[in-house]
Amino acid sequence: MSATSETVATQASTNGTSVLLSVDNVTLTFGGVKAISDISFNINKGEIRAIIGPNGAGKTSMLNVINGFYHPQKGQISYKGKTRRRMKPYQAASSGIARTFQNVALFSGMSTLDNIMSGRSLKMKRGLFWQALHVGPARQEEIEHRAYVEKIIDFLEIAHIRKQPVGKLPYGLQKRVELGRAMAMEPELLLLDEPMAGMNLEEKEDMSRFVLDLNSEFGTTIALIEHDMGVVMDLADRVVVLDYGQKIADGTPAEVQSNQNVIDAYLGVAS
Amino acid sequence: MEALSIGLDAFFLAPFRDMFSLPDLLIQVIWEGFVSGVLYALIALGFVLIYKASSVFNFAQGIMVVFAALVLVSLYNYGVPAWLALILTIGVMGLLALSIERVILRKLVNQHEAILLMATIGLTLIIKGAGQLFFGGEPKSMITEELGLSTGSSDWEVFDGIVIFQHIDIAAAVIAIIMVAALALFFSKTRIGRALRAVADDHQAALSVGISLNQIWAIVWFASGIVALVTGIMWGARSDVSFALEIIALKALAVLILGGFTSVPGAIVGGLIVGIGEKLFEVYWGPIFGGGVEAWFAYVLALIFLLFRPQGMFGERHIERV
Repeated sequence: MSATSETVATQASTNGTSVLLSVDNVTLTFGGVKAISDISFNINKGEIRAIIGPNGAGKTSMLNVINGFYHPQKGQISYKGKTRRRMKPYQAASSGIARTFQNVALFSGMSTLDNIMSGRSLKMKRGLFWQALHVGPARQEEIEHRAYVEKIIDFLEIAHIRKQPVGKLPYGLQKRVELGRAMAMEPELLLLDEPMAGMNLEEKEDMSRFVLDLNSEFGTTIALIEHDMGVVMDLADRVVVLDYGQKIADGTPAEVQSNQNVIDAYLGVAS
Repeated sequence: MEALSIGLDAFFLAPFRDMFSLPDLLIQVIWEGFVSGVLYALIALGFVLIYKASSVFNFAQGIMVVFAALVLVSLYNYGVPAWLALILTIGVMGLLALSIERVILRKLVNQHEAILLMATIGLTLIIKGAGQLFFGGEPKSMITEELGLSTGSSDWEVFDGIVIFQHIDIAAAVIAIIMVAALALFFSKTRIGRALRAVADDHQAALSVGISLNQIWAIVWFASGIVALVTGIMWGARSDVSFALEIIALKALAVLILGGFTSVPGAIVGGLIVGIGEKLFEVYWGPIFGGGVEAWFAYVLALIFLLFRPQGMFGERHIERV
């Protein structure tokens, strides 16, 4: 038994919930710049965990480490009890980690439906041969997955834009389609990078509702980066605060809000 | 003044008078241009497939055409039956695609496009060297009839004249159209097709939904290997299979500039414009320049496009948001 899995076990027993993902002493550098230095925190199964911090705090880098886009120089990540030093994006996706991006990263030439269908890639197993023929089992499979995708489309209330190429959609809807694509992967852990950025109040309320429903109805664990403090306080069970690549606070929204370090980071310190 | 008006007449009017005075010749010229155009389009399609999915400009596409044709012909010459030789050649192209992905692309992920281009130039030299080593440098004739393709021709009497259709040309056109249709269907209707388009659109997002870039790359290289094989058979049947075929890939460059590097319809339309355009220009305007215009027509057309519409007819105009 390694040291890490022991810490995971103890944390789990003290909280009364199980840890889905734990980040241990992760350091990530680009050349001489430290994007993340020695950060540890965990995400419990079934919770909504917010990651907040001023611009350049290392929040997005953190998500990129979790889903395998970046490989940290030090530290490790344990997911579902398994510890990996380096994880590839493909492995992350196939073990149930989905994500959305800060600047919407959709397949802009494809329709809403095709974008969300692309999230089913890993669930579809028929090989190249059957697909090339486009008959029999491959066709049957396509139909089954289509049905699941239609459910997501209903859930996100985007039936009216089903056939439209996403490049032409308004920003708020694009964000919704992106969420749909991530949902199509039936993830256990969903990473949302600023899901409400650039939205108006109504769109934010819709998105908050989707995130909450996704968490309660589908049981999806969610880690989200968000700048709107109101949203964070409403949604999150626990919040971790980063500043200049370091963790400065970790706790419930109320605890974090009254933490002096956090107030200093956001408002600046009088010198 | 007089000389100028004669010159204008010779360039702008006389060729059209010639066209209408002998309509059967016009049809013949357009048909032959159409067939070359289809083959240019096929080569361009091979480029587009790879470029879309991996931003690699595959300089080796031309040599892949030669290589595929050589493997096929040589296997037959070793005594393998034609149908089996065809299947084995498809297998060889598959192996080639897998090894290119494993040995070259995987090591060069996220490198600059120029580096990837250089890698494919290196690849060209390797394939060429290997081809000459195994199969020798001398031209070989394509096993057209053995593959069940007719080498005869049919005449069509029209406008008091005849138009001759080589059967192999008809076959080339039909097969090319079927291939393009099959590829279009595959791209739009299947998971792997969707994954291909996803990778073409946004690498990171594609990775995040668990699409394996390595798998997609192997598939596009295999697909363009098959396209190369078909082009090699058709082109080899019209001339010979030799390393000189490689230069037709340069014509495809002009096609790509016309059609746009990322567009499948662009490759097709561009190929037809270049093919038909150069034949018409050769026959009707060629005498003004003293002949030989077929060799440069495509490049001049490409140059004009580069000046006025650098993204091609169907290419995406790249606007980066900062």
